[in-house]
Amino acid sequence: MYLYRRSLARVMEIFYWPFLDLVIWGFITMYLMQFKGGMPGAVTWFLGALILWDVLFRAQQGITISFLEEIWARNLLNLFASPLKPSEFLAATMALSIFKVTAVSVVMVVAALVFYDYNVFKIGLSLVPFVISLLAMGWVIGVLTTSLILRFGQEVEVLAWGMVFLFQPISCVFYPMEVLPPWLQAVAWLNPAAHIFEGMRGVLLDGQIPVIHLVWSFGLDLVYLCFIVAWFHHTFSVCKEKGLLVRVGE
Amino acid sequence: MTEPIVQVSHLTKRFGDFTAVNGISFEIKPGEILGLLGPNGAGKTTTIQMMLGLITPTAGSVRMFGLDLERHRERIMHDVNFSSTYISMPYSLTVEENLRVVAKLYGMKNVDRRIDEVVKQLEMEEFRTKLTRKLSSGQMTRLTLAKALLTEPKVLFLDEPTASLDPDIAEKIRRFLQEVRRSTGLSILYTSHNMYEMEEMSDRIIFLQRGNIVAQGTSAEITKRFGQADLEEVFLKLAREG
Repeated sequence: MYLYRRSLARVMEIFYWPFLDLVIWGFITMYLMQFKGGMPGAVTWFLGALILWDVLFRAQQGITISFLEEIWARNLLNLFASPLKPSEFLAATMALSIFKVTAVSVVMVVAALVFYDYNVFKIGLSLVPFVISLLAMGWVIGVLTTSLILRFGQEVEVLAWGMVFLFQPISCVFYPMEVLPPWLQAVAWLNPAAHIFEGMRGVLLDGQIPVIHLVWSFGLDLVYLCFIVAWFHHTFSVCKEKGLLVRVGE
Repeated sequence: MTEPIVQVSHLTKRFGDFTAVNGISFEIKPGEILGLLGPNGAGKTTTIQMMLGLITPTAGSVRMFGLDLERHRERIMHDVNFSSTYISMPYSLTVEENLRVVAKLYGMKNVDRRIDEVVKQLEMEEFRTKLTRKLSSGQMTRLTLAKALLTEPKVLFLDEPTASLDPDIAEKIRRFLQEVRRSTGLSILYTSHNMYEMEEMSDRIIFLQRGNIVAQGTSAEITKRFGQADLEEVFLKLAREG
């Protein structure tokens, strides 16, 4: 029991994951209950949503796991005692996340085609801005998580796998925004990913390119990216001030 | 008179109420090996980490090559490197791959030639293509030293560089560092718990205790000042007096 008091991973096992499971599956159930005689295009929606969700997830992991790998290898000080700037480090992790997202997307697209005869390119040209926007949102969550690990140390490294799921209920991945209670819809409206998944459903339902959702999504991405990069630099500076940079990973 | 390559002025670091380094000042001249000596918690590592820009000082300044570290960190770090027992390198890369990554970080040219040179100088040929995770602790120490020397720095920080080496290799490393210093004019800031090594390597020694400089000079000057037979006796006397 002593371990539970100071272990975020153990606390998350008890409270965080069950809560998220309940919320996600609760909203999915509420949505499915609207369809009595089966849901039209269910496979198209769910597989498309799953592939796009993985873009967001891997984009975040591309940043956070790259940072964690440097901690695990005790290589962080080699990097930050070199001419490398923190902004260059971030740019490198973002480039790596593009590579990771590309590789994962190829695997998922091919697997969906082979196993379920599902072609994600049915979404059409909108797929390109969808992926770019989700990539940017993944970076926002990735940099946020990296800043928290930098500030609070390896105690919170479990956030590298858990943080993104905090955004899943309000990303409306597997159900439309209208399923959420009104107050949560207002929160979801401020989440770029929710606009992308809403847009994806719009494209699959009536073939319309969701211009409003794309504008909202890219606008929010831009604001959040600027904020989170500034936040990372601030955290980096605080960690140097408090001597935390040299202690992370010890 | 030669201009100092490193100037540390009134350097202070406080963590809350605890003062780790208390207004210390010193200089390092080109080609000089300066030993930083003191018991655990004396402030040696914090001093080095401030000089590498990894910790922001509470007060005071560090200047290298005439430039202020706070304002010109990236430029200064092109000519500075370090090796320490508290760092390692990515385990899933080979020794050579790790050195290549370091070379890219510092924007080096003639990478192949330089890697060949340090691998030969540090007798790393037999494990050059080995995965880093398979290295012994002695081989790992040699890799971090190779990483530090690869970039041909003008200033080198070595925090217990021979701690996990057997006496034969440690002796070779000491001779090698002296040789590099002679041939390139490299300046070194050196910490070690091995007093013999400290006496052998250092032109000058700074003795730190609780973040303060309590003595500085050559090994002979310090032992004479404290009326002890050798540096180890001085160390024990100061450490026990607390």
